[in-house]
Amino acid sequence: MLILDCPCCGVRGEETEFHSGGEAHLKRFGPGSSDDDFHGYLFEKVNPKGVHFERWRHVNGCGKWFHAARCTMTLEVFGTYSAQTLEPPQEIKDKITAKRPGWSWREFS
Amino acid sequence: MSNAAVSALNGATVQGFARVEETGLHGMITLRGDLASAKVKKAVKEATGQDVPALRTINTGDSGAVAWMSPDELLVMVDYDQVDDTLATIESTLAGEHFLAVNVSDARAMFRVSGSGAGVREALAKLCPVDMAPGEFEPGMFRRTRMAQIPAAIWMPDAECVHIVCFRSVAEYTFNLLRDAVAEGGEVGLFS
Repeated sequence: MLILDCPCCGVRGEETEFHSGGEAHLKRFGPGSSDDDFHGYLFEKVNPKGVHFERWRHVNGCGKWFHAARCTMTLEVFGTYSAQTLEPPQEIKDKITAKRPGWSWREFS
Repeated sequence: MSNAAVSALNGATVQGFARVEETGLHGMITLRGDLASAKVKKAVKEATGQDVPALRTINTGDSGAVAWMSPDELLVMVDYDQVDDTLATIESTLAGEHFLAVNVSDARAMFRVSGSGAGVREALAKLCPVDMAPGEFEPGMFRRTRMAQIPAAIWMPDAECVHIVCFRSVAEYTFNLLRDAVAEGGEVGLFS
């Protein structure tokens, strides 16, 4: 069971109040992009053991989307942050580094 | 055939270790917009006599109530027969703003669970993933959450009563959930 803090309404809720929205920080390749880029955008998702970044929605609450950084192995949540960002804030990265030195995820580390 | 509006369960009640009532028709308006804007504050004040509530709280008074639903949404509650006037007030006050105000009165159902403070807290704690302990959830707070399998919003008008708003389409489900949660013999004694 994950315990998530919604950064939009401040509720500390358990997993069933939220809904997972898949991998975070995807760059969208739409019409006009190359087939390889489009294929990568659609299908090439990471499935890490350890540090992972996901999008979540507070579906039975304020209804807002946000990002969460968590560990897929221990279900530890390092932190949640605004959906309106292209990369994890430094504060979240620092928290992960403190607990999982040497971590990396896609282009972030 | 009558056109008179009837609430979802027509005021059904059940008595267990707490009392569950469907509280009939209430005027409810969903108001979305920039909650920090002066015009929204003015519109809410004129509609209900209340200030825009702070994060996850509800402001109540004689002429209406207003609850914080999300960072850009409020639920305005007035008498059922006042709702058209209130909506007109909001719309004229907010003219020119980017906002949305919709009468959702007939799309919602409202319930009241009343009894001992410990009893009503326990009934809700059985159904919602919310810490209902005294001190954690108190009168004045407003919480949107999940009640078994449906979305619901709860608040406590006073220490011995909880109000619940849910979609009208699931009113019977909600009533049955609450009926089971307050059934005699089902007391857990978590808060007493």
